[in-house]
Amino acid sequence: MVLPNRDYFLNAKNLKPTDIHDPEYFHKVVDCQYACPAHTPVPHYIRLIAEGKYSEAYMVNWDSNVFPGVLGRTCDRPCEPACRRGRLGGEEPVAICRLKRVAADNKDDVMSRMPQGPFPSNGKKVALIGGGPASLTVARDLAPFGYEIHLYDEQKSGGGFMRSQIPAFRLPETVLNEEVGYILDLGIHTHFNTYVSSLKELLDKDYDAIFVGTGAPRGKDLPDLPGRWDTNANIHIGINWLSSVAFEHTKTIGKNVIVLGGGNTAMDCCRTARRLGGENVRVLVRSPFSEMRASPWEKEDALHEDIPILDNHVPKSFVVEDGKLKGMTFEKVKAIRDENGKRQLIPTGEPDVFEPADDVLIAIGQENSFPWIERELDLKFDKWGMPEVDKTTFASSNPKVFFGGDAAWGPKNVITAVAHGHQAAISIDLLCNNKDLVKDRPSPMVNLVSQKMGIHEWSYDSHVVNDKRYTVPMAEKSVALKSLKKEVELGFSLPTGFKEAERCLNCDIQTVFTETKCIECDACMDVCPTSCISFVDNQENEQDLRQTLKMPALNLSQDLYVSGSLNTKRVMVKDENVCLHCGLCAERCPTSAWDMQKFFYSVTKAGKHAATAQL
Amino acid sequence: MSYLKPKFRHPESPKNKLGYTLDYYEGSLSTLCAGCGHDSISASVVQACYELNIEPHKLAKLSGIGCSSKTPAYFLSNSHGFNSVHGRMPSVATGANMANRDLIYFGVSGDGDTASIGMGQFVHVVRRNLNMVYVVMNNGCYGLTKGQDSATADQGSKNKSGNVNPFDAIDLAGLALELGADFVAQSFSGDKKQLVPLLKAAIKHPGFAFINVISPCVTFNNNVGSTKSYDYVREHVEATSTIDFVPEMKEITTSYAEGSAQKVKMHDGSFIQLHKLSQDWDFQNRFSAMKALNEAKQKGEILTGLLYMNSESKDLHHTIDTSHNPLNTLGKAELCPGAEALEALNADLR
Repeated sequence: MVLPNRDYFLNAKNLKPTDIHDPEYFHKVVDCQYACPAHTPVPHYIRLIAEGKYSEAYMVNWDSNVFPGVLGRTCDRPCEPACRRGRLGGEEPVAICRLKRVAADNKDDVMSRMPQGPFPSNGKKVALIGGGPASLTVARDLAPFGYEIHLYDEQKSGGGFMRSQIPAFRLPETVLNEEVGYILDLGIHTHFNTYVSSLKELLDKDYDAIFVGTGAPRGKDLPDLPGRWDTNANIHIGINWLSSVAFEHTKTIGKNVIVLGGGNTAMDCCRTARRLGGENVRVLVRSPFSEMRASPWEKEDALHEDIPILDNHVPKSFVVEDGKLKGMTFEKVKAIRDENGKRQLIPTGEPDVFEPADDVLIAIGQENSFPWIERELDLKFDKWGMPEVDKTTFASSNPKVFFGGDAAWGPKNVITAVAHGHQAAISIDLLCNNKDLVKDRPSPMVNLVSQKMGIHEWSYDSHVVNDKRYTVPMAEKSVALKSLKKEVELGFSLPTGFKEAERCLNCDIQTVFTETKCIECDACMDVCPTSCISFVDNQENEQDLRQTLKMPALNLSQDLYVSGSLNTKRVMVKDENVCLHCGLCAERCPTSAWDMQKFFYSVTKAGKHAATAQL
Repeated sequence: MSYLKPKFRHPESPKNKLGYTLDYYEGSLSTLCAGCGHDSISASVVQACYELNIEPHKLAKLSGIGCSSKTPAYFLSNSHGFNSVHGRMPSVATGANMANRDLIYFGVSGDGDTASIGMGQFVHVVRRNLNMVYVVMNNGCYGLTKGQDSATADQGSKNKSGNVNPFDAIDLAGLALELGADFVAQSFSGDKKQLVPLLKAAIKHPGFAFINVISPCVTFNNNVGSTKSYDYVREHVEATSTIDFVPEMKEITTSYAEGSAQKVKMHDGSFIQLHKLSQDWDFQNRFSAMKALNEAKQKGEILTGLLYMNSESKDLHHTIDTSHNPLNTLGKAELCPGAEALEALNADLR
């Protein structure tokens, strides 16, 4: 008797098998890479670091995030909270950011690995306004394809807020200069010390495209606070003050310093103040400590430098006597959440607090500002004064003008600016080649290759180490606080860097399942340390399926990998949540139904439009 | 090759009543062939002991020689263990049990270890009704010596090199029934839903509990024509029943068709609820079970599930009226009662 195909028995309503040919499925499994705005292939470069291939690791980064040395010190590291290791219970994420620095600090000369100019001209001209990470990324992506790039910045050198706002004790000038230099050496026409005061003027020149990467340059003030305008001498806007310190216009500060604000700029302000002679430096912030915008490690660094952070303090007035700043008063509050989950700061009723101050630094946020863009141009702004920018193409309502970085949607961070730059460069390249900015956008480059070397051998180090996260050594506090330029973090030594690299779980080495080979011996399910694999009856909806697994899959942000129907009509379901990528399922599989395959995902950069898009 | 299993477990792993997670009952990483049915049985043992809240130091694993007998290294690392001589596991189990009746004795053997070299030991341990679990991981071949047919290989079964077995198989479950075993079950390594409750019931059974588990040898006996391959067993398995092992008397919430569910109380207050799938057989009647087994054999079916159980079983300690306390807890006073007691004993024998 001929049996009908086994799919005949399937309930048509049951969940469909997971489509692993969709690049985004496995991409999402690589949590760090997925969380990175630029989608840097993190486990790939961490393996290179473990192998001692620092230059190769650097170039993987450079291709993706353009500023590995800068980011290895200052990145907001969205990858780390996403790291799978942090979900294992009592584990901290891999120190991804500081490993990037290991690659940058220990590389050989990498100039020979970069595009070598001069590049034959393609006859197209592009202007970049602002010399920060977004513009520099556009420059790097486009220059090798023969674009004539003109970079305008009001400062005397490139780098934007990486130079003006990130203090040198966190980011040495040499590191920044090196990485800005790699880009400018591609033959960029720089126009430093040049403030662009009219977009119209630039549009009237013969540029084929204009990219606006001017950041969010205006620091917020407290104009309505009583006493604010009684003196101006010792009240500073945080970002302007940091910039003034960076360009060595400001060299001192009073002994008593108040820093207002709870973000990373506030942390940079207070630590810089400590180095300029501030002895009694305090941060006062409206929100509770745990809800501050600053990254946890930046708060730690400030506390480490003996800077108290006084939370739940709302500024009430500046106290000025005889035209001289004496301090500020604050109202104490507590945070309460209303029924909609919205936070409200309610006064506690305690008496107001007076804090003495010789100087006050206001670091409560920053805004975009485009006084130089004529509103009569055909470039639309919304009611908040922000340009209308397409989320995919980064194009404005003027087909020639593109935005990116903080200039597009307000303050974010370096890595986001880089990601914007890549996409804007793609758009500019498509525009200049008369292609459609949406339809002709290139797909990501993906690859999936088996790592099998023998019956029980893989071409990656599958062993899962139990080491706790290593801490980065710091300079002696007494030494660090004496200098504005002495770098506080010393970076991992090579042996420690290796050990930290080994903590990576290699989440890009994917567990790939072929149901036609499976004999349902249960070996993979039995051996899996974290009980990720189950063989169960299929269900009509994912919620029910999640409950029937060996360990219920309760983390809804993590996908289920569902196979097609097996001989017993059951399906294999893998909860991706806490898979260690140890390869034991594949080692214990008698038929190679499981295989460990390296997934490589790279965001396609400008210049590769036609070929890749049509593949 | 990975010799170490990563230490990480699922962060939400539940704890049993003793506060242990499942991994506390695990053993070291298996060195058996990938896909071996034995590994699946080991996982079921781990699961059963975890669910029964067994304190690992209250259990002794005993085995003979063979692939099957290696498995105690792969479960219950925190328990006692004795890897004995080929086919002689029952002797060691008997000695240990006589010395300390307070432990759970979990014997693991294979078809070679039981049906060939250890047959003499096997039949006597059944006959004596030693209080232990005796699991045979039955793959119908000698996997450790490259897959020759074993005494449980079915007549007509084809081995990997293409030879057809001319001899009739020894039916271990039938033999155990014949010899008077009070707990006889058959199962399949690939059916944990059935095997785990069977193991739990076997551990709780107050006498000799025998489970014959068909466990495919993925390297030497998983070919087309073999009657012990994953595919063949799945196609020919005929489950007699499903059982639930319920640790203590409580209201039964699952309802079965009338007449199909039977409830048997165990000596410690726990009970087994059996849901019969075939009607014409009584699992508390030895002859009915033997008849069912024979009929299945003629139809070419592999009967699995709890085939026979006598919950009133009286074990060896009861039969020979031994001390209620384990020997290792007896003091000098009990063990050397003195010259007067000897005199009295001698006087009795005159």
